[in-house]
Amino acid sequence: MNSSAGKAGKGGKVVKLKINFDEITIKANQDWKELQSAKKPVILVGTATCGRSAGSLETLEALRHEIKLAGIDCEVIEVGCIGLCYAEPIVCITKPSQPVVCYGDINPAKAKDLVDNYIIGDDPVAAYALGTLGDGSINGIPRLVDTDVFKPQVRRVLKRCGSIDPTNLNHYIATDGYKGMNKALGMDSKGMIEEIKKSGLRGRGGAGFPTWKKWQFCNDAPGEQKYLICNADEGDPGAFMNRSLLEGDPHALVEGMIIAGKAIGATKGYIYCRAEYPLALERLDMAIEQAHSHGFMGKDIMGSGFSFDLKIKEGAGAFVCGEETALIASIEGERGMPRPRPPFPAISGLWGKPTIINNVDTLASVSLIFQNSAEWFAEYGSKDSKGTKNFALVGKVKRTGLVEVPLGITIREMIYGIGGGILNDKEFKAVQTGGPSGGCIPASLIDTPVDYDSLAQVGSIMGSGGMVVMDEDNCMVDVARYFLDFTQKESCGKCVPCRLGTKQMLDILDDITQGRGKPEDIDLLEEIGFSVKRGSLCGLGQTAPNPVLSTIRYFRNEYESHIVHKKCESKVCRDLISYSIDQEKCTGCRLCYSACPTNAITGDKKKPHSIIQYECIRCGMCLEKCPPKFNAVQCIPGQIITERS
Amino acid sequence: MEKIKLTIDGMAITADRGKTILEAALDNGIYIPHLCHHQDLAPAAVCRVCLVEVEGRGHTISCRTPVEEGLTISTESDHLNKIRRIPVELIFANHDTDCIACTRNNNCQLQRVASYLGLERDSMDRMRMGNIEKPIDTSNPFFDRNPNRCIYCGICIRTCDEIQNINAIDFASRGYKMTVSTFGDNPIADSRCESCGECVVRCPVGALSPKTTMEPSRSVKSVCTYCGVGCGVELGVRGNSVVSVEGDRDNAVNHGSLCVKGRYGFEFINHRERIRKPLIKKNGKFEESTWDEALDLVAKKFREYGKEKVAVFSSAKCSNEDNYVIQKFTRAVLGTNSIDHCARL
Amino acid sequence: MIVRLNTILQSNFKGSKEELIPILQKVQEEMGFLPKEAMYNIAKFAGVPESKVYAVATFYAQFRFTPIGRNKIMVCRGTACHVRGAPRILDEMETQLKIKEGETTADMEYTLETVACIGACGLAPCVMVNKKVEAKLTPKKVVELFGGKGGKGGKGGKIEN
Repeated sequence: MNSSAGKAGKGGKVVKLKINFDEITIKANQDWKELQSAKKPVILVGTATCGRSAGSLETLEALRHEIKLAGIDCEVIEVGCIGLCYAEPIVCITKPSQPVVCYGDINPAKAKDLVDNYIIGDDPVAAYALGTLGDGSINGIPRLVDTDVFKPQVRRVLKRCGSIDPTNLNHYIATDGYKGMNKALGMDSKGMIEEIKKSGLRGRGGAGFPTWKKWQFCNDAPGEQKYLICNADEGDPGAFMNRSLLEGDPHALVEGMIIAGKAIGATKGYIYCRAEYPLALERLDMAIEQAHSHGFMGKDIMGSGFSFDLKIKEGAGAFVCGEETALIASIEGERGMPRPRPPFPAISGLWGKPTIINNVDTLASVSLIFQNSAEWFAEYGSKDSKGTKNFALVGKVKRTGLVEVPLGITIREMIYGIGGGILNDKEFKAVQTGGPSGGCIPASLIDTPVDYDSLAQVGSIMGSGGMVVMDEDNCMVDVARYFLDFTQKESCGKCVPCRLGTKQMLDILDDITQGRGKPEDIDLLEEIGFSVKRGSLCGLGQTAPNPVLSTIRYFRNEYESHIVHKKCESKVCRDLISYSIDQEKCTGCRLCYSACPTNAITGDKKKPHSIIQYECIRCGMCLEKCPPKFNAVQCIPGQIITERS
Repeated sequence: MEKIKLTIDGMAITADRGKTILEAALDNGIYIPHLCHHQDLAPAAVCRVCLVEVEGRGHTISCRTPVEEGLTISTESDHLNKIRRIPVELIFANHDTDCIACTRNNNCQLQRVASYLGLERDSMDRMRMGNIEKPIDTSNPFFDRNPNRCIYCGICIRTCDEIQNINAIDFASRGYKMTVSTFGDNPIADSRCESCGECVVRCPVGALSPKTTMEPSRSVKSVCTYCGVGCGVELGVRGNSVVSVEGDRDNAVNHGSLCVKGRYGFEFINHRERIRKPLIKKNGKFEESTWDEALDLVAKKFREYGKEKVAVFSSAKCSNEDNYVIQKFTRAVLGTNSIDHCARL
Repeated sequence: MIVRLNTILQSNFKGSKEELIPILQKVQEEMGFLPKEAMYNIAKFAGVPESKVYAVATFYAQFRFTPIGRNKIMVCRGTACHVRGAPRILDEMETQLKIKEGETTADMEYTLETVACIGACGLAPCVMVNKKVEAKLTPKKVVELFGGKGGKGGKGGKIEN
């Protein structure tokens, strides 16, 4: 058996002998060390989807071009994402005997600067630098771990993202990869489940069910054939934790699945991943092939007698398929409609066989627990929520990104510490966690700890880790409407409360945000919400009212303002705002006049203009066009009613 | 069959193992509101109105929960009503409520559930109305499909799949836009539907309504006249005319199922061109006669021609027993094997 | 068409119900959409009723039943994009292309769709043009994408085949 590592060839069927894991590790370590202590500079470019959308491929191209021009021997490697979305494209440079320097916002022009000054020259261009990684220091550049973004974080699941080449198996192995699998292959199910129990790991998909308990059910269920499914159908809008991990460290999932498969006695696994993640799918494909060609997967893994195979299933665009039973239906080739439980999938799942469905982060955590130990995993976290958790911190924060924090950290620490506060220093209004199933937590509860139980207490859920920050410019009724619009479109339609209830709630919210709300609507929303939550068949319906109920609970005044005063104080709901022109400030420059799509602006040249309210569609073009030096157009909450003459 | 003892609303009842709570209740004369349940079909648990309180478990869907020894169940509570009223109100907000115009009026599960839950016009008017002007599919000669009366319980789809194995219809699209659809949303007449009408009889509301039948005043058990299977039917009679046909659920042959001919092909019974008396050709023209005259004539001719020149052809419209007798008569009495039968209607 | 379809089916699949969704995905990838005739034949190939194929295909947002434009624009309607102004991006797209969400321009140049979330939330609001993500958009940048005001698909726009 060829145990040489590196990029795997096409994994054909190879007769495997008992494989010595140590040999593989030694080779991988050599490879890795060579890279770390290279005589030549190494440039890492983050080319995960987020980096690419910010233009990292152009940056990569520019770097390669400049290096070629300069004729320098230098390695350029594409890596995953280190989670600093706000600073994409990100480039990291290692020079011999220097720490790694991370740079942010590197466009092709800045890339040339870096090559000229730091690759060719010796100036590390501190102005572009975010921080350094590893031992040693460089004057004028802080250590990344000391920066506000990283200080509160504990990067464990994400530790490899952005620092290894995700297509190079040796990088993974040299950073403790497959060590956990190697350990697990020597254990029995009982011992493995016990280890997970000790670690306190709870499902990272949202509900937080203890992982060991789920495994135990499946392990106890009779039946020869059992299945393991990884739910990588990350559907929550505003969440991308799984995508980042799959793109930046796909083997972490593959290893976790082999371990989980061994623990529950499954010989076949599926990864159900969204088709909207083409790069993640590509990386997974490659990782599975590499695992095969190294004997980590397939028949009789490493001579242990345990066999395991993985297959990728591409989702076809249905949020509800994140629900376990709907996901199973989808794999079976059916409409992704949830099935009533019991029976639970752990007893009767895919093709009626015992099936375990775990989330990407859960399985990656499994790898970590076996690579290290249960005690090590439980070092962080709060009493009933152990370990760290990934969050996608997005919305109106200065530093958006993918972060990993110990459970129990407060919302304040996340928003003002890691996130650097609210964009443009506006006022923080609320944070939405848990996606369409979660709720909005108001500013007054900013010191709530982020763990399963605390978030549930305040009417939200942990969910898979989306955290959308909202400021004073966000209208909470509009936010509730947005989520209902989403769940309503994604409702499978099977059960009545969800199919008709979400639609009815959306209709009411449409009315409220468009000025047709009635005072009794708030009670009606609560009444329908109650019924939909308790009457629906699956998790989607049972949680769909949460965004509405939590915003009514904390922002009832905004609902009332929309309904009674017909005003949207945040100036979001188009029908409940008006534009007007300040007669004192307007110089009659005519910019607004020509931009108005409905000819609602009147006034002579060089004389103050005004808006004919009944012609105005409140598109905001006038406000956008009015030069800041005049600042004559204003947007005000409420309607200015004028009769058509 | 093993019997399970349980308590519903304070009454001790017994049920066969494997029955659901809903079935056990209905069998014992206790009504639990329901829409998507049908005794012939696997439970779907989608209407969510058959909720009951099971002691120690909270509210539970009764149509999918099997009975267990010692369960204590109540079918009525404020909590239950708070949950199950809303879905029914919402169905009404998306339902053509012109009940007088509906074939299911007074025989409608939705009406029954609504009256059980005490729904009133006012409480429904607070809801925003949905679109109830969707086009009606009238392509099938025997029944109409009216989506404005559909409650999406899926009984028709499950019938077509589980009982008939035809799969002419299925759900299409999803969520609020979900429809019951044929392949490509074609008119049902252009689908693989065989018009058996099994879905029509099971539709709990008037979404599937027969075109050619009328409400009977009495019913008469009989045997279908079409083929050798001999399905049991219940003829719906009004005055002296057959106005509808239903499958006889007690009949061991078909357990209530019928095909398109048996269910809808009854027009001939009352047809004015139907031959009701034997005809004898006299002077080159058929003339009405009596059975005695006709049978005498036939007997005379049999004797005249003898077994070599006689063949018998019997009809699938007769029962199996009749056909047996005629072949016995042909072979034993007439003494010929020249007999055939048209069991290919 | 049927010959082409059969080649796709025979060379990639065995013909089982489990493969139904992958089959539909592959056929759409090759043909751009799912013609009725193709779905009818897929039903025969996979051994399922044709109503089932239609039921499954119409359930998932990915499948389309009309031809698609040469350029596919997907506006992200994720939460992060929404709170950072995605509705106005969609409005501007609709204005520029003179079509509504879900439609294709008459010259078959562009198809405009929305997508639940493309997972580039840190760079909201964003759209996916073909397979490339355009990040941190503003209505003004949308106009530039199409090469200036009124220049739908005109020269100088960033969107090209």
